[in-house]
This record gives sequence, C-alpha cells and structure tokens, in this order.
Amino acid sequence: MSDNIRFIQGNEACVEGALYAGVEFFAGYPITPSTEIAERLSQRLPENGGKFIQMEDEIASMCAIIGASLTGRKVMTATSGPGFSLKQEAIGYACMTEIPCVIVNVMRGGPSTGNPTHVSQGDINQARWGTHGDHNIIALTASNHQDIFSITVDAFNFAETYRTPVILLLDEAVGHLREKLIIPEAGELPIVDRLRTSLGKGVDYHPYLPREDGRLPMSDFGGEHRYNVTGLFHDMWGFPSNNPKVVNELLRHLVDKIDNNIESITRYKEHFLDDAEYVFVSYGSAARSAIHLAKTRRARGEKIGVLELQSIWPFPKELVREKCADAKAVLVVEMNMGQVLAQVKAAVRKPGRVFLANRIDGKLITPSDIKKLLRVIQGRGV
Amino acid sequence: MAKKVLRELRLNRDWCKGCGICVSFCPKNVLELDSKDKVVAVRPEDCICCMLCELRCPDLAIEVLTDQESDNE
Amino acid sequence: MAVKDYLRERFFPHMWCPGCGHGTILNSLIRAVEELDLNKNEIVMTSGIGCSARISGYVDFHSLHTLHGRALTFATGVKLSRPHLKVLVPMGDGDALAIGGNHFIHAARRNIDITAIVMNNRIYGMTGGQFSPLSGPGVKATTAPFLTIDSSFDVVELAKAAGATFVARSTAYHAKEATGYLKKAIMHKGFSVVEILSQCPTHYGRKNKEGDAVSMLELHKTNTAPLGSKALKENPSLTPRGIFVDVERPEYCSEYDKIIDYAMKEAR
Repeated sequence: MSDNIRFIQGNEACVEGALYAGVEFFAGYPITPSTEIAERLSQRLPENGGKFIQMEDEIASMCAIIGASLTGRKVMTATSGPGFSLKQEAIGYACMTEIPCVIVNVMRGGPSTGNPTHVSQGDINQARWGTHGDHNIIALTASNHQDIFSITVDAFNFAETYRTPVILLLDEAVGHLREKLIIPEAGELPIVDRLRTSLGKGVDYHPYLPREDGRLPMSDFGGEHRYNVTGLFHDMWGFPSNNPKVVNELLRHLVDKIDNNIESITRYKEHFLDDAEYVFVSYGSAARSAIHLAKTRRARGEKIGVLELQSIWPFPKELVREKCADAKAVLVVEMNMGQVLAQVKAAVRKPGRVFLANRIDGKLITPSDIKKLLRVIQGRGV
Repeated sequence: MAKKVLRELRLNRDWCKGCGICVSFCPKNVLELDSKDKVVAVRPEDCICCMLCELRCPDLAIEVLTDQESDNE
Repeated sequence: MAVKDYLRERFFPHMWCPGCGHGTILNSLIRAVEELDLNKNEIVMTSGIGCSARISGYVDFHSLHTLHGRALTFATGVKLSRPHLKVLVPMGDGDALAIGGNHFIHAARRNIDITAIVMNNRIYGMTGGQFSPLSGPGVKATTAPFLTIDSSFDVVELAKAAGATFVARSTAYHAKEATGYLKKAIMHKGFSVVEILSQCPTHYGRKNKEGDAVSMLELHKTNTAPLGSKALKENPSLTPRGIFVDVERPEYCSEYDKIIDYAMKEAR
C-alpha cells in the first residue's frame, strides 16, 4: 500500500490538509466533536517544528492564533458550537484587523450544549452573522475526506489571499466518519504563502493600504516595520480614527474585498445536474444522502441532480440561480431549520418551488427521508 | 564623583496638562503653574537635578537636561 | 537613545486625564526599556481595552491593541510563536483581573516569558467610574452608590499562588522604584507581574474624597511601605511594596522547544 493512503476520520483529514497547507501554529480547547483535530495536531505540529498549545478556554485559543498569525505564521483553531459562540468577539477582531486565520467548527446540535455527539448543521448563519457589526466572511464545507483535505487547503489559501478569518464548517457525521484519503503529492494542490511587504527598513509601511489589486501586504511582528493593530476603526497605519471618510472606506473594504471575489472563492460540485428536473442543493454530510438518492433514482430513469455547495459564504447566489433555473423543484437538504434554504429562496427566480428536506433531531438525514418529500413534490403521494 | 548640574529644564507646554504633581513634589520649589495652568520654572537656579519631576510627570512633558561637573573637593 | 525615541510623539499630548497615574507608568516603562537598551523591533506590546490599554498606541514598538481582558492570550500566541521577542502586557485592574482573570492565572501557571504590568487604579475609568475587583469594600463608584461590599483581590498574592516567578509592587509615586522593578521583570525569564498602584483623580479620587492627583499620590506614599521595613512591621495595614517573588522555574517556550526536539527525533 502506498504510504500516502490513509483510512482515517474526517477530523484527521482536516489535520492532514492543514499540514499540507503549511499550518505552523494551533491553539485550542477540547470540545466534542472536534477534539481529534487538537489531539492529532498536538503530535503532528511539533514533529514538523510547529507549535501546539492547549489554552485555558475557547476565547484564549482564538486570540492566541491571531497573535501568532501576526508574527507571520499560518494558524488554525478548531471547535464546535458552544466554543464557536465564545470565539465570536475575537473572530470579529480578526475581521476588523484583517489577520489571516482558519477556524474549524465541527458542527453539533444546538443551541447551548445541544448534543455534543450528534450531528447538526445549525451554525451556518452563525458563521456569517455571529459577530457584531458589518463585515464579511468566508465559510467552506465538504462532504467527504478527499474534499475536506482540499477545502482545508483552500481555507488557508483564502485566509492569506484576502487577509481574513476563514470558517471551515464540518459536521459531526463527516468529522467522525472513517474513510479513505489519498494525500496529494507536494505541488499537486496550489499553496498560497503570505504576501509580505517588499518595503525595506526606514520606508513608511502602511499595513492597511490596499495595493491596486486590492491585496494588503503584511509585515511580521518582530520585523523592521513597527505598526499598530487595533479593533477600533483605524487608518492605513493601523491607528485609531473616527474620521467618517476613513471609517466608511474601512467598512466597505471589509465587505467588498470578499464580495468582489465571489467567483474566485466559490467552491461547489455538481452531480447529474445537466438535465435535472429536480435539484437537491446540499452540503456536508447531508449531501452524501442527497447524492446517494440522486444516484439510485437516476438508475430508475428519474432526472434528479445535486448541487453540492462547498463554499457557503459568500453565498454563491448567481451559481444557485443558474443551476436551478430549469428545475421543476429545488430541495434544499440540510440538518437545520432552513438556514441555506433561505439563501436559495432568495437566489432563485421562483422561490415558491424551493422546498426543505431536513432533519433536526440529531440523526443524519437519510436518502429515504429525502425521498418521502420528493414523492410528495412529484405528486406521487406519501 | 561627578555631580550633575542643570543645563536646561525643558518643559513641553503642549503636552503639560497642569496636574501640578511636579510642582507639589519638587524638593526645591523650582516649578510653578502659570495663569494657563502650564508648568514653568521660576527658580531653575535652585534645581538639584533629582529628576523626580521628569520621572513622575504623567504627561512626559519634562526633561531635566544636565551636565556633569567634576567634583574638586 | 533618548526616552522620547521610544514614543510615537505625534499622538501627544496623550488622551489620559490630567494627573492620571497611567501616564507616569508609561513614563516608568519607557525609561526601563531605554535603560535596558532594548531593540524596538524586538518588543511587542499587547494591551486590552480601557484607559490603560491606550498605552500601546503611544509606544514605538510592535503594538497590538486587542479585546477587553484578552491581552495575555494574544501575547501568548505572539510569544510562543516567536520566543525571542520581548512581550510586554500592560493591563488595567478590570482588564487583568475581572474579565481577564482566568488568562492571568493561566499565563502565570505556564510561566510563559511575558511581563504583565497591572496598572491598578481600582476603578473602571474609560466607562466612567464603576468599581473593579481591586476596589475593595467601602468604595463609592457609579455602580456602587451605597458603597462596595465585595472584597478585592491582592494582585501579589494571586500572582504568587498562580505560579508567577517574578512578582513586584510599586506605585506611580515611587516612579524610580517602579522603573527598577520593571527592568528586572523584563529581564526575568518567566512570567513576571508588576503591580503599579495608579491614581484616577477623575473617577476614583473625586467620588472617594481622596482629592486631586497630588493628594492621591501622597496616599501612595503614606499607605505603602517597603517589604521588610520598620514602618510595615509597626503598621501591617500598610500595603507592602517590593519584590515578593524572584525564582527560577522552567519557562513554557523553552520547554516547548524540548518537545519539538523530541518529537522531530521520534518522527524521523
């Protein structure tokens, strides 16, 4: 057997992807069902010369990776619902200060403690709207280990490219599932390294002055350029400012830098979509059931396809509109009360034809759960 | 041992907020606040260069510039 | 280098009130750095939120103005990532010991090589004079119109118990002494804590009839005494000043480097 083939958990596939992308620093706090990510990195990081620290709480973990990122490291933390809630203020800080970092949220039931060992996809909206104030965010997801690996690499690449926190939304089912992963050869997947300023000693460096292409070169803390970083509204030097023009431009920049690049950020897969009369829109472990059902119904001649979203935020509105344009009906398959459903309804031309196939009881949604609703929509009875 | 002698009491009126800490704790009453509540040196010749005004100034508005005078005794 | 070479002069006069002890602490800290002749490029100052936290904007170091109470956690990330950097973390009393209390004890427990400076004025100044966990009982504050009933932490005792390997206390009045302690703290390898009693004439002094900055500074003088002094022996109610702990214990980043050495060898 080749040594680049693994039979591992989804959480471990995420770790392998992070290492491939060049993660150098991880701070975390134990929480089910994400703990294996911390456990695995506590071994794999020092083996590769990186650093792992178990902090005193979720907030501290989030803040520690921001500090480490500023010194020039690729950083990550991992958590689940309650921890994700606690991290929100610091995620907002990373948005405001434009510090690259990756936050993995292996979703479980909620609100509150919910059910740590059961699956849910209830944090879609929190990923987008969890912190206060106007900002933008990138949130990615995947349904199988090979995709978890590559989407984790994407997460690091986007964090560096757009100087933003990137949320990786896995879920309990895919996180704990064991299946095959083939680790790509070095160079097979592109890796984005940090863009550092080329300005030398003594030249005035502006940490928050975008280049013509919109990117902001960074300078590591500890280097020649001493600058300020603050969560307050700030000018291009990073110093606090109440100047209405400065504030206005800053907030628009935080939103636009991601919205303007939605095409580069969008990640998705399509399964049997070409002539599909019924389209399932799904993601994460729910998409596995949707794909399975589409495959079995196709075998019987039913024109069913799946649009599998791998980037949820910024929401790929145009893509969804286009892919669902010819559908008789669209079923959004997810494990929450319709968080992506609302986005799909807002995206398509005929929102009345969009339906929700969901489960919120901690059990993985099954192909037969989806089939029951499909039969009703198809007018074939219950 | 060399003894310090005052060259200049550099008082930054733009930074001084007039709290009066330097005035109150000067052992030789060298400093006062003027009509605009800014520090002024009224008896610089009495300054013993203890530096306390400079060290305690919350506004970092005072610099006691000194020269070394060789001790002949 | 002159003291002013460590300041970002364009932001002066600073935003603190007339007579605020925080300015004196900035003064002492800058002097400590200057006397140690540290390289500005190798100093990171991390602060939280509050009057105290604004200190990081005034110093010409790498400066990180973060979230309320979380300065030490950002600092931990910086330090563990780049152990050769000097990491200074000035905090207010609420910042360090209310919202940030958990991080304070855990940073001490790890003995990570960071210098924590508690700028203790016993009040939340930025929000307008609410009591803090260092106010102690019998203090008037905007959230304690009938006087506080809760006890205060003793920063020195807390830091000692949590495992800090250098612990000192001074005041804004004793600026020269404070500079000396800060120098030792910065050079100490491990988690060092320097509590500096500060005065807030605007919110604390006025409400608690302690008068203006000058009379509050007088209280720093009369209410404290050096460790081991006759004055302290005769009047144990005085607040002791001095170096309470100065010991060696394995430092976190150095220990982690050993983990890396071992793990890399094992993985080979």
